[in-house]
Amino acid sequence: MTATGDPILESRDLNVRFATPDGEVHAVRGVDLRVRAGETIAIVGESGSGKSQLMMATMGLLAQNGRTEGSVRFRGQELLGLSARALNRYRGQKLSMIFQEPMTSLDPLYTIGRQIAEPLVHHKGISRAEARPRVLELLKLVGIPEPERRLDSYPHELSGGQRQRAMIAMALANGPEILIADEPTTALDVTIQAQILELLADLQRRLGMAIVFITHDLGIVRDFAERVYVMQEGRVVETGPTAQILARPEHAYTQMLLAAEPEGRKPTVPAGEPLLLEGRDLKVVFRIGGGWLSRVRHEVRAVDGIDLVLREGQTLGVVGESGSGKSTLGRALLRLLPSEGAIRYKGRDLQGQDRAALRPLRRELQLVFQDPFGSLSPRMTVGQIVTEGLLVHEPELSAKERDRRAAQALEEVQLDPLMRNRFPHEFSGGQRQRIAIARAMILKPKLVVLDEPTSALDRSVQKQVLALLRELQAANGLTYIFISHDLAVVRAMADEVLVMKDGRVVERGITEAIYERPHEAYTRALIAAAFRHEARSGVS
Amino acid sequence: MLSYVARRFFGAVPTLFIIVTVAFFLIRVAPGGPFDLERPLEAKVMENLNRIYQLDKPLWHQYLLYLESLLRGDLGPSFYFRDFSVSELFARGLPISIQLGCAALLLALLVGGLLGVIAALRQNRGTDVAVMATATFGITVPNFVVAPLLTLLFAIWLGWLPAGGWGDGALANKILPILTLALPQIAIIARLTRGSMIEMLRANHIRTARANGLPGYVVVGVHALRGALLPVVSYLGPAAAALLTGSVVIETIFGIPGVGRYFVQGALNRDYTLVMGTVIMIALFIIVFNLIVDLLYAVLDPRVRYD
Repeated sequence: MTATGDPILESRDLNVRFATPDGEVHAVRGVDLRVRAGETIAIVGESGSGKSQLMMATMGLLAQNGRTEGSVRFRGQELLGLSARALNRYRGQKLSMIFQEPMTSLDPLYTIGRQIAEPLVHHKGISRAEARPRVLELLKLVGIPEPERRLDSYPHELSGGQRQRAMIAMALANGPEILIADEPTTALDVTIQAQILELLADLQRRLGMAIVFITHDLGIVRDFAERVYVMQEGRVVETGPTAQILARPEHAYTQMLLAAEPEGRKPTVPAGEPLLLEGRDLKVVFRIGGGWLSRVRHEVRAVDGIDLVLREGQTLGVVGESGSGKSTLGRALLRLLPSEGAIRYKGRDLQGQDRAALRPLRRELQLVFQDPFGSLSPRMTVGQIVTEGLLVHEPELSAKERDRRAAQALEEVQLDPLMRNRFPHEFSGGQRQRIAIARAMILKPKLVVLDEPTSALDRSVQKQVLALLRELQAANGLTYIFISHDLAVVRAMADEVLVMKDGRVVERGITEAIYERPHEAYTRALIAAAFRHEARSGVS
Repeated sequence: MLSYVARRFFGAVPTLFIIVTVAFFLIRVAPGGPFDLERPLEAKVMENLNRIYQLDKPLWHQYLLYLESLLRGDLGPSFYFRDFSVSELFARGLPISIQLGCAALLLALLVGGLLGVIAALRQNRGTDVAVMATATFGITVPNFVVAPLLTLLFAIWLGWLPAGGWGDGALANKILPILTLALPQIAIIARLTRGSMIEMLRANHIRTARANGLPGYVVVGVHALRGALLPVVSYLGPAAAALLTGSVVIETIFGIPGVGRYFVQGALNRDYTLVMGTVIMIALFIIVFNLIVDLLYAVLDPRVRYD
């Protein structure tokens, strides 16, 4: 459907500035944007490009230190500078919004039935009891299972996907003309992402509202948007029909975004290479409850009987959705979690060893975490963080020697060695992940467990970090266990793949074989969800 | 729910037992006894008294006797207020102390909560700074300083309220003690509410409520306030304890016949049973209050409901 006619939402020379202790941040710089009735547009950009703040300003949701200049008109009515009361004639009625964080965007203290009813109660002036049938209708519309029962459920009783559906129901309550979706699927598992996007597309066909997608995911743009605005550093650098922008991007930044999909394949390691790590019938069981006053015990089998073999130089990709036990498996293999079953490293049994006996082995077995913000101590300099492991494993080194090694390690991950005296908060997400990698690499490990190492990063940064990991592997003969929910990344990095669900292996094999000919329905669903964009664009 | 309450009470028994034991031996370690007067009694009289009150038995025997009478619900006779049992003293004093404490707690919640919300909504502006400065002042100045100052102002200079006494529970007699008891709690609750309210106002679900165009009073009063009250509710347990111990000073200053002053008098006079009774009462009060707090928490927050 291509919409024509006058725009219903129009911003002119919109500027957003934030007053911060470090000076003014000019987040949105003179943006012109138009949304016509019934059309779907996408605002694309990486984190910090101002794409969210642009729409927050439109909805009057800026943080207290934010100021706007310029104009945003909805059907001719200027929205900027309206009082909250006046703005509420539009918010939740004509314009509504859903957010990235379905886990926290609903009030945990009220039932979802009541929360979905609120926009009806306050805008339509009906009672909560009168709103109930309409709420039930909305829950059915967004496809929440057992809607009658869910009316009285609290948000914590719903899964992430169901919460996002509830958010959508709330946003649709008063039949808005424009639905703004701010990264609506980023926090969800791939199969759920696909369902939510289908739902939004379906709702638009049925209800005919305009949708504004704010996203970093070019797949969403390709599949859903008629027009695209590409934003960089607060400015719209390129705009036009989706097909044209994707096929013939003119701006260098757009070209870079398009080229940022992970690529490359890892060749298989010959079967003759020596065994590095072996796990037999590995089990991790978490027991919940069982205090001395409550006899209720609850067992969660996070890892339930997994066998695996890793040869030197291999990269084993472990994929699965959240809760599948893939991170637990990684930790159990390094004996960071107690587990049952055998773990042999270079022929030595790891399970029988105590902490002291394991310590010399620890330097060969390293771990890199997902969250580059939480996994670096904010009170240590980068140099201290990177060399901390040396204090344990090479205590004879002098301070000067350690400093030299820190500089060398930073150079290895392509960071300026002069940065070793700075603190983590001064670095971007990608730089921090490089620091975390340097911290592992300085010990010259043999096996590195990479737990979602690039999931928190923008695609373009992700590509660089993946390239770095690949170089380090080739240069040092490293073996990786690469844990990720992102199948595109795993395809680029791993030579063997293990698909996990509910603590068990669903399917395993050589990467190419799994991606080309998946046997299990679950694997097929994961792949279909991850590569639906590629598949479709391949056809067109 | 009922079984939860039962389990909590059952779980409190060991706690109480330990408190009773420690308190029993601690007060006996203190030098002197209940019948040591400035002019010593005759040896024969002393011996008789000790026999009547069973103080001549070995300490462990006395301990077992005390535990036994406790199990019968008997707190024993008071050594100092000769004609009364400890239970009789409490029967007279407890209603007065509970009245004072509950009124002070209610006042602190209402005024402290309101001030906290106002400060949070005006964060870092004049009102906020003024409220928080006053609150800090309220926390730092002890109640034995506040009480005489308030008495000077309202009773002596302005002559509006009586300076002390209970006056058979006349409202005028209650105002100053309740106010003095409540002031530090108002300050603490205001600070707590402000902090959690500011955090709540930044929460994602508040952003959702705003995006849905809900009126300001709903966003603040319905969504932000309920979440912001949770830390305040958890503070009610310690607050009740603070009010009880606070009443020791307040009741002494204002000459109010509550149970607080028994604590002081009992300890000074080595009135063993009275001290023990007061300790048990305060412990029970705190245990019950913590239970109420946990139940209240469950009412407010569906995520922690008990099965």
